[in-house]
Amino acid sequence: MRGTVELRGAVKRFGEERAVDGIDVTVGAGEFFSLIGPSGSGKTTTLMMLAGFAALDEGRLLVDGVDITAAPPQRRGFGVVFQNYAIFPHLNVFENVAFPLRARGKTDREVRERVGWALDLVQLSGFAERFSRQLSGGQQQRVAIARAIVFEPSIVLMDEPLGALDKNLRYDMQMEIKDIQRRLGMTVIYVTHDQEEAMNMSDRLAILNHGRIEQIGVPLEVYERPANRFVGRFLGEANLVPGSLARVAGGEAVVRAADGREYRARARPGVAVGAEVVLFARPERIALSAAGADAAADGSNRAEGRVYRRSFLGGMMRCVVEIAPELRLTVDIPNVGHARIPEIDERVGLAWAVADSLILPG
Amino acid sequence: MTRIDRQATFLMLPSYVMLAVTFIVPLMWFFVRTLLIDASPAALPGTILSVATSRPMLIATVATIWISLLVTGISLLLGYPLAYYLANHGGPRFTLVIFCVIVPYFTSVIVRTYSWMVLLGRNGIVNQALARLGVIDEPLPLLYNKFAIVVGMAYVLLPYMVLTLYAAMKAIDPVLLRAARALGAGGAYVFRRVYLPLSLHGVISGALIVFILSIGFFITPSLMGGPSDVMIAMLIERSVEITLDWQTATVMSLFLLAVTLLLYAVYYRVTDIRRLVGG
Repeated sequence: MRGTVELRGAVKRFGEERAVDGIDVTVGAGEFFSLIGPSGSGKTTTLMMLAGFAALDEGRLLVDGVDITAAPPQRRGFGVVFQNYAIFPHLNVFENVAFPLRARGKTDREVRERVGWALDLVQLSGFAERFSRQLSGGQQQRVAIARAIVFEPSIVLMDEPLGALDKNLRYDMQMEIKDIQRRLGMTVIYVTHDQEEAMNMSDRLAILNHGRIEQIGVPLEVYERPANRFVGRFLGEANLVPGSLARVAGGEAVVRAADGREYRARARPGVAVGAEVVLFARPERIALSAAGADAAADGSNRAEGRVYRRSFLGGMMRCVVEIAPELRLTVDIPNVGHARIPEIDERVGLAWAVADSLILPG
Repeated sequence: MTRIDRQATFLMLPSYVMLAVTFIVPLMWFFVRTLLIDASPAALPGTILSVATSRPMLIATVATIWISLLVTGISLLLGYPLAYYLANHGGPRFTLVIFCVIVPYFTSVIVRTYSWMVLLGRNGIVNQALARLGVIDEPLPLLYNKFAIVVGMAYVLLPYMVLTLYAAMKAIDPVLLRAARALGAGGAYVFRRVYLPLSLHGVISGALIVFILSIGFFITPSLMGGPSDVMIAMLIERSVEITLDWQTATVMSLFLLAVTLLLYAVYYRVTDIRRLVGG
């Protein structure tokens, strides 16, 4: 199966600044791979390097083992979906989708067949004669996708393709893109700054920051076991309690937090006792209990505090609980009928399992 | 009408008044007086017909259209690459080229025309240089002919073409060109299928502007042309100044005005279409 992309030691400098600072990544054939990160993290530059619009200052790019570092964009054979779609305004939908085929000198018959197939796939069969100005954002998006897959490339690059759509439509389009990718078995390299989108669609994702990869992995693994504070905070909500590693015993690490309390977490190799660390726990793993309840026999972590803020998010109530001055934990209470929602300023107890706690380098 | 629209109309009022008092009213008065008051209205169709079919008028019309087409074609051929360069470069190189395009634009037409006469004259710089290089024995007849008119007018009108094309090219979203290349199109194909069509309304607008200005040109052709190269504007001037035949002059002016307005209507449609296409 074709469609492997390999980036080795890629560097891109803009003047003094290193926009991409040594990226190594291998994307397997048929994989949906996302590059995510805040703006300025180098994700779009990385994609432009793949597409051929930003020359690599260092490093190499291989596709199916062939070095294409110096190939011009039109020789790379990728399908590309651009931010804001880049639909040609002077061509109708049919001719937009036909563009890659005509550029490759296909016969009229082939063009008609392939364009018909691609428009079917994105459910735009009745729109062939329209122009981009007569289409909604979602429809333009579909045209851009049809145009990128019409010549059946093994690799498709997408640069924030859903950024301009509203939330509900975005979710539907995510599912559709994912379906098309799976049906055609193509490799997709997808750039987004939306972490939910990346988690929803990707087989694997890479989190970028300052032109470097902070972590690569399957979404669940990266979410559950972030490599560092940046990843923990970037991918979803995170509680990060600063402290120092007090001791390690029986696969458990004990962290003495800034508030003087001790919390336990899964041990992490390579962190010395006394080192500055951060205790990490996801808000949905922390449960509320009545204040003043005894230390649990099961040995889970406990804390007590005052509800500082509540935000209703539909599926859950997010409570911020102040357990010490300047130390607040976020707790997500699922919106199920029997859950009791505490009032602001109410004193509550918190409990979470040691298995749900990690220590990250300070 | 919104409040902003009303305010805008109010702000335009002095310009409207100015235009009416100094242009439309005198023009109408000129037409009415020469065609309906000085002559009898009954003779009007005959006058128009005889002027329109007179030999000098026919020759001048053909010459005017031919010269204007040549000037338009040449400014387009020279202007397109120039505008492309401007639209795709920034910094000092852009400044230098735009300076070279704009400065002549603000210089008097007469000054520019005389400069060309110095260059193209019998003992002008071009002939001297060619003679010294041994390319020619006799000076070439570069001045006082159609060639000179076309060169001079193309030079004077080039900035209109360049600036119109530049505006059209600047409005082309560079992402479209990237998309075309990413989807497998080479440089020539991108130009033919994307860049040229998207800049086409600029080509049409620029060509119309240059053509409209060309057909009414007077100074350059009368200074640089030969005795047989008479354009309509020169014929009008001769009728007024030399033969004192105001009726002929009026009919010819009307003709020129009508053609100009017609072309302007086309120009207006083109810019309107551009808005529709969103390019």
